[in-house]
Amino acid sequence: MTAGAQAPEPLALQGPVTLASLTETRALLESHAGARTLDLSGVTVLDTAGAWLLTSWQRAGAGKGGTLTGANAAQTLLLETVTDALSAAVPAPKPRRVHHQAGDTLANTGKAVSGVAVGVGESIGFLGLVMARLGWTILHPARLRLTALVHHMHQAGLNAVPIVALMGFLIGVVLAFQGASQLKQFGAEVFVVDLIAISILRELGILLTAIIVAGRSASAFTAAIGSMKMREEIDAMRVLGLDPVELLVLPRVLALVIMLPVLGFIANISGLVGGGLMAWVELGISPGMFRTQLLNNTDVSHLLIGLTKAPVFAMIIGVVGCHQGMQVKGDTESLGSRTSRSVVVAIFLVIVVDALFSIFFALWGI
Amino acid sequence: MAEPIITIRGLTNRFGKTVVHQALDLDVMRGEVLGVVGASGSGKSVLLRTIVGLQHPAEGTITVLGTDVLTADAAHLHTVQNRWGVMFQDGALFSSLTVRENVAAPMRERLGIDAETRRALADLRIAMVGLPASAGDLSPSDLSGGMRKRAGLARALSLDPEILFLDEPTAGLDPIGASEFDALITALQKALGLTVFLVTHDLDTLHATCDRIAVLSEKKVLVTGTMAEMLRVDQPWVHAYFHGPRAHAAQPPAEAS
Repeated sequence: MTAGAQAPEPLALQGPVTLASLTETRALLESHAGARTLDLSGVTVLDTAGAWLLTSWQRAGAGKGGTLTGANAAQTLLLETVTDALSAAVPAPKPRRVHHQAGDTLANTGKAVSGVAVGVGESIGFLGLVMARLGWTILHPARLRLTALVHHMHQAGLNAVPIVALMGFLIGVVLAFQGASQLKQFGAEVFVVDLIAISILRELGILLTAIIVAGRSASAFTAAIGSMKMREEIDAMRVLGLDPVELLVLPRVLALVIMLPVLGFIANISGLVGGGLMAWVELGISPGMFRTQLLNNTDVSHLLIGLTKAPVFAMIIGVVGCHQGMQVKGDTESLGSRTSRSVVVAIFLVIVVDALFSIFFALWGI
Repeated sequence: MAEPIITIRGLTNRFGKTVVHQALDLDVMRGEVLGVVGASGSGKSVLLRTIVGLQHPAEGTITVLGTDVLTADAAHLHTVQNRWGVMFQDGALFSSLTVRENVAAPMRERLGIDAETRRALADLRIAMVGLPASAGDLSPSDLSGGMRKRAGLARALSLDPEILFLDEPTAGLDPIGASEFDALITALQKALGLTVFLVTHDLDTLHATCDRIAVLSEKKVLVTGTMAEMLRVDQPWVHAYFHGPRAHAAQPPAEAS
């Protein structure tokens, strides 16, 4: 130390120099900016955070080129370890410039757009794959996993009956109540029967059932298949020569295709019961009158039109749920995001296809 | 040196009718590397989980750094938790955070340190465990198994703990990676003056890193001692463990002769 004679007194550090006392130590170093030597003989505890502070003071801070003295053997070892690690570490990246950020935004927009296109393409591909396997299973019915099919019919179908029936009943009640208060003004109370019957049988019964099933089963399918994907069960099936689509996807999709019309029918019946009850209480239309009006004015085609849509909705919900599950990556984050996306996409597609059905039936004049 | 930093007395752990530990006693001394071995299902990981408070024992006392961790109130427990670090078998990194954020997370939650210092200290930890600097920006799912373990170790070291708990640190690593990890643990233990509680199956790790070994069998700590002492134990299981075909391969040439 040649410069020692002119340099100010060495700064003696006392007590612990640790993560907990980092702020105080840093303030002390700043207040003695001129010090060229730090005396560590009074330091009781030194940890990596403290060693980092001292080494960075020495390397690049106010005391650039300064010296540390008085460290005991253990502290010297720690300081050396930290110095070695620091020389391997890279400095923090510079903040991005404005035009870089604009470029990033543009690139991200492009990525998002192409991502949507790729996603749509993959979904159509998956739908095709499921259809092909379905056709193959129809030709070879023995390949169908009957146990799995019945299990999923129970889970996605039978267990959904209470909530679907309650939902249908309440929709019937609401429609009768709202319809009655409007139709009363024209003295046309009795037409509340037609209002309830046509709207529930043709549209609301099956649409709302599909939305409930999408919320219940699409998410369940994604979570189940997604966690199998995370635990490499799907890969294990593939190397055993088993087809995950045949084993996991087909039973789920078929179970929904079979059960959704049944659930829709249950929703229709309980909707009519709820509407009939409300019409009786609110408007004094007796059950007998309700039945006569229903049979005379409402064609069975309304029921059939409603139920025709059910297998299509079931296909959408099943395929979207299973496809999102298959796309889960190795981390838990993607399982959550795929599950919520599967519900959103399934409900959205059900509503879009329902609108397409309406246009189709209107053009055909049914 | 011979002052116990963890003291376990009369520990009993039960799962339903299965008794995992029965009146287990164990001392871990300050500054040592203690290797805990035992057959699969002998309750090594359960013991580790019990000490760090993830499993509540049926009976017994556990004193860590002078605090009874089973009865301590939240504030005292918090102080002790700031002084230990745990590395889980597969790293147990938070998947929604990058590696750097993972390593900085304990500092963020426990102590009020500004973001720039946190970042610098996290980068220091990442460099100390031998990860490349570019690994800090990656997310855990982008890392290989060995890198995840190193990142898990970096997070365990985040608060400069006095005690480091390692659950199977070398399981699933290739031999080169495993011996690098052994060397890393030894180097860090020396530099930071750590006490290490190490659960392992790896005889090479026991040879390379451990000062003392505790054998878990028959629901208690059967024997403790140095590697040389273990080789002289006559108990059949311990003898089979340290004299099996794999044990001979793992011994350094001087001992094997």
